[in-house]
Amino acid sequence: MGNENRIVNGLLKLHIALCLLFIFAPIAGSFVFSLNSDRFPSLPLGEFSTEWYRLIWEDPLVWQGFANTVVVGLTVAVIATLLGFGGAYTDFRYNFTGKSFYLALAMLPPTIPVVIMGLAMLAFLSRVNLSGTTISVIIAHGVMCSPFAMAIIRLRLSQMDPDLEAASWNMGGNQWQTLRYVIIPFAKPAIFAALFITMAVSFDEFAVAWFVSGLNETLPVKILGFLQGQVSPRINAIGSLAFLSSMTLIILAQLLLRSPEDKKS
Amino acid sequence: MKVNAEMEQQSEAIVKFDNVVKRFGNFTAVEKADFEIGRGEFLAIMGSSGCGKTTTLRMLAGLEDPTEGAIYLDGEKVNGKATWDRDTPMVWQSLALFPFLTVQENVEFALKMRGVGKEERRQRAEKWLEKMQITEFANRNINQLSGGQKQRVALARALVTEPKILLLDEPLSALDAHLKVRMQAVLSNLQKDLGITFVYVTHSMSEAFSMADRVVIMSRGQIEQIGTPEEIYREPYNRFVAEFLGSANIFDSVITGPSGSDGWKVDFEGGETSLSKDELPNAVQGQAVTFIVSAENMQLSAPDSGQPGILASVAGEEFIGGTAMVFLETETGHELKVQKSHDELSLLNLHAGSKVIVHWAPESCHILPGENL
Repeated sequence: MGNENRIVNGLLKLHIALCLLFIFAPIAGSFVFSLNSDRFPSLPLGEFSTEWYRLIWEDPLVWQGFANTVVVGLTVAVIATLLGFGGAYTDFRYNFTGKSFYLALAMLPPTIPVVIMGLAMLAFLSRVNLSGTTISVIIAHGVMCSPFAMAIIRLRLSQMDPDLEAASWNMGGNQWQTLRYVIIPFAKPAIFAALFITMAVSFDEFAVAWFVSGLNETLPVKILGFLQGQVSPRINAIGSLAFLSSMTLIILAQLLLRSPEDKKS
Repeated sequence: MKVNAEMEQQSEAIVKFDNVVKRFGNFTAVEKADFEIGRGEFLAIMGSSGCGKTTTLRMLAGLEDPTEGAIYLDGEKVNGKATWDRDTPMVWQSLALFPFLTVQENVEFALKMRGVGKEERRQRAEKWLEKMQITEFANRNINQLSGGQKQRVALARALVTEPKILLLDEPLSALDAHLKVRMQAVLSNLQKDLGITFVYVTHSMSEAFSMADRVVIMSRGQIEQIGTPEEIYREPYNRFVAEFLGSANIFDSVITGPSGSDGWKVDFEGGETSLSKDELPNAVQGQAVTFIVSAENMQLSAPDSGQPGILASVAGEEFIGGTAMVFLETETGHELKVQKSHDELSLLNLHAGSKVIVHWAPESCHILPGENL
């Protein structure tokens, strides 16, 4: 019995290790080769070099893509979190006929295949003369990210004692004061987590941005451009940096969501 | 003259429910609530869950609006007035303390909502923290407090605006028995000190009867009886109240004829007794009458004593402190309960199945007015 358990445990651990290896090996490889002086990714490794990082540092196109990504990411994070909060609070606060339909609709965007989403966005935005602008990327990413923000904030609000809101009203707080002094403080960790996660999603998103960004390409779209033109280890350097920034945002969000009760420690 | 009458009413009653009905869809939560609450009164609203007691309280707080009828608060009709425009703070069953604020910030909350300045807020909150003996926890988080301490914070938070009325929705239900009794004393003393009105919703008879000046008993949205604890205990209005209190034997009987000059002879399942004519001045022979005899007014005699009464057999016994509740069954299957001291019971040498004669004095009978209209 005990032996069997040990074997099963060992196999499960091996399985997890293989999964992690499968996921992280390409990223790790990209990271290693970004610091390798050779032009092509091959073994044995050449010398240690920060040459590729220096090249992207000096490339104005990379900077422009990065700037677009940051502008889009920040704006999308704020817009998506606002929309997500609105949706989550509506769900918490009100009951109305068709509410489940409304929620299903609000949760829908991430389930739509991105190519279809990108095409639809392109068709719509070009009809209203917004395609190929930074705003178009913001709109498209806003639609895609809001459900994530809503899911995170909704989860937090579902942990709230519904009496808290009524208690605030009962003690003289009108609906706006209650939102300001009770609902938002309670949801604050989730609101920040939603900001970071939506920013990370927007940072990484490629397909829809590729359809709608036109000349205002975000970094992932730029990377594809590089790859189509030439195979350069600069891709590895950019990829490593993008991975680090996304991971930072996700980890920040996870820390915020970890133990929301310990506000002051 | 009318104005005068209204003024007078204002000074006596702080709350008036005028035929208030509350429906949720097809479900009637409160049916024709019509009563007043006096200034400085400690009123308990008691009933089992779903009886409408909490809805009644929430209507008073302004968290629900009546479907019909009117609620007057301090002489003013408050139907439709938002809860944040009333000063009817509530202590919640869940306590509903804000977990993201400190104790002090929780207590200051109502003042902050009313735009009271920072310094005054602090001073007034400190006064209540002191009064509730929780000053030392002022800067703690809510989740660092014990149940009893949280209770005190909830009270301080509700009382900080110095309201004329405090609403309490089963505030002690989460506490253990020992703490419950202590908090009952705290609440009782607080209410006497402040002289303000307390409206206290509970399902616990011991809480209601030990603290309240008057008790409202509700069932299925209806008010069954309003009265002082003693009135309700001695003279329950109807079968529901008598059964709810649980310590009385209920008899459905028929008047069979006069008994002496001032009484009626009545027959019930398994025996007969007499009732005072005073309580039933308009009764006629053949009329049905429901009356109760409380368990401690029942007498027991040995079966061979020759005492007239009902022959019953012992079905069980329940220990209640210095006394015991003996459950009996008559030959017709009617259940009776008798509360007696252990000494008295030991003389009879009772055990399960043994026979005993049950009897009572006619003056121990109380006719249920609500069942004999």
